[in-house]
Amino acid sequence: MSARLTLALACALAAATPRTAAHAQDTTANQGVRIGLTYDPGTRPGVLVARVPGAVGDSVAAILRRDLDNGDRVTVLADDPLPAGSWNSVNFALLAKLGVAAAIKASITAAGLHVALLDVASGRVTQVRDFPLPVPALSSEWRLALHAASDELERMMVGVRGIAATRIVFVRDGQLWITDSDGAGARAITDRGLALSPAWHPDGRRLAYSAFGDKGTQIVVRDLGTSATRWLAATPGGLNITPTFSPDGATIVYAHGDEAGSDLIAASATDAQPGRRITVGRGSDNVSPSFSPDGRRLAFTSGRSGHPEVYIMDVDGTNAELLTPFNFGDQSYRSNPDWSPDGRVIAFQSQLAGRFQVMTINLRDRSIRQHTSEGTNEDASWAPDGRHLVFTSTRTGTRQLFVLDTETGRARQLTRAGGSRLAAWSRPLAVAR
Amino acid sequence: MTSPSRFIPALVVLTALLSACPKKPAPAPAPAPVNQDSIAREQARRDSIDRARQAEQASAAERERLARERMAAEQRMVAARAALTAAIYFDLDQSDITGASQATLDAKLPLLNANPGLRLRIAGHTDERGSDEYNLALGQRRAAAAKRYLTQHGIAENRIEIISFGEERPAQQGSDESAWSQNRRDEFEIAAGGDTLTLPQ
Repeated sequence: MSARLTLALACALAAATPRTAAHAQDTTANQGVRIGLTYDPGTRPGVLVARVPGAVGDSVAAILRRDLDNGDRVTVLADDPLPAGSWNSVNFALLAKLGVAAAIKASITAAGLHVALLDVASGRVTQVRDFPLPVPALSSEWRLALHAASDELERMMVGVRGIAATRIVFVRDGQLWITDSDGAGARAITDRGLALSPAWHPDGRRLAYSAFGDKGTQIVVRDLGTSATRWLAATPGGLNITPTFSPDGATIVYAHGDEAGSDLIAASATDAQPGRRITVGRGSDNVSPSFSPDGRRLAFTSGRSGHPEVYIMDVDGTNAELLTPFNFGDQSYRSNPDWSPDGRVIAFQSQLAGRFQVMTINLRDRSIRQHTSEGTNEDASWAPDGRHLVFTSTRTGTRQLFVLDTETGRARQLTRAGGSRLAAWSRPLAVAR
Repeated sequence: MTSPSRFIPALVVLTALLSACPKKPAPAPAPAPVNQDSIAREQARRDSIDRARQAEQASAAERERLARERMAAEQRMVAARAALTAAIYFDLDQSDITGASQATLDAKLPLLNANPGLRLRIAGHTDERGSDEYNLALGQRRAAAAKRYLTQHGIAENRIEIISFGEERPAQQGSDESAWSQNRRDEFEIAAGGDTLTLPQ
């Protein structure tokens, strides 16, 4: 779509403006993502991110374009078709005709990033903002600050904040990895071992996960700033898996398995109080809890009916009800719920023809949507916008993380190394000042 | 009272053995009494060599017998350990002990009864299908099912610990039923008291 738009622009600007072949180091990473899609000017405004001068200008422009593209709310031109220095005499009417609604002119200053947002229809600068950027350029914190600028620009243009300033934690080769939302900066944060099921604390600075040890599997809480870890004191032994933080961060709910099945336990996230059992599985397995955003309900997987299904209940364990309908006698397998941040939808996985597919169920009318069909797709986790999901897919032949826009069905590959799974998407992360 | 005649052959044998040693020749034999018949002396020497050879053969046979016994005992021990650590297998999404698994578990009982200090660790595993997370719970249920069977047959509860690896440690790679059926299993490991096993009668 943007290719067509860009082509049209390039033609319109004609021979007087030969396009430079220079690309920023970041522009090639996601090329090809748009192939096969067609530009529909009625749904998403076109956005042009102008060339950014300076040593890291190409990287800045590439990151801004990619973030806005990943947000799926605007149509971003692949690059700036105008020759450097020609912005003073831009034909806004022509840009408008080509579907460009807004243009972003950014420059790097001593303090950070200076951005002017131009409304193409009026040809005027409508907003000017300065975003501080930490040093050094291209560092992890610098990228996060730039992602936050992208998110704010998205809010200024379409009224909804973007999701670029977030990170995704996942498991590869038994280690926990963290990547930026655009797939950059993936790094292992734990040593070799077997860590599973990471979950973000709402403050974005801590994780809980399960780790295999000599005496079974324990819940570990890790501080991302200091790398300090501690065992959750409420878990003395046995199987302790699938932790999740309550929205206020005060409670961890996890599954504890012993000789009589697995039940969900609610324990303090901070002190050593013993946990409280909140499901009565009677020998069945109850795992993978996910809080509603108001913290009052839990979705979870339970085998109480004879095979795994998704249930919801109050946090005290009362009012449990089957969420995913099934016919008695069928051998369906539905599991791994993740409650959307707006509270309206729950993502889960359902086995179809022996393979998991990512589904969502609307809590108002219980309507179900299937979002994937190629390969096995599982362990979905919502982005803070309640629109994008990260999940594990085997569509390329190995387990990789993909991000799906549930509104358009557009998917992008987040990881490039195989064996990536069990992803959890953070809330918007605070930017260092 | 020991007859001195018993000593003579022994001495002769010793002498013969010593003289057989090339590096350290025996001390010069005491000068024979002049009146002794040299043929008789030679005969006695040969007899003593024969006796030494027979004794040598007898001890070789004894060593062989002991070695055979040791090997048989070792084999019984290996078989005992194999019986103790033999895996059991499960149907898809199930943690019920099948008939075949019962026989495998029954074979562990006499060994557990004969060795009260023996402790087992049971690790439950699943195949790769199903949720990674739910499979950890399923593996736990499978390990618990085997433990329950053993305790119901008289084995003390504190002698068996259980752990689940879910689908994380497949016994066999592959994505077909032959791999899956090998991976839906309980593995048994001797956790303590397995250095010397008392075999049941």
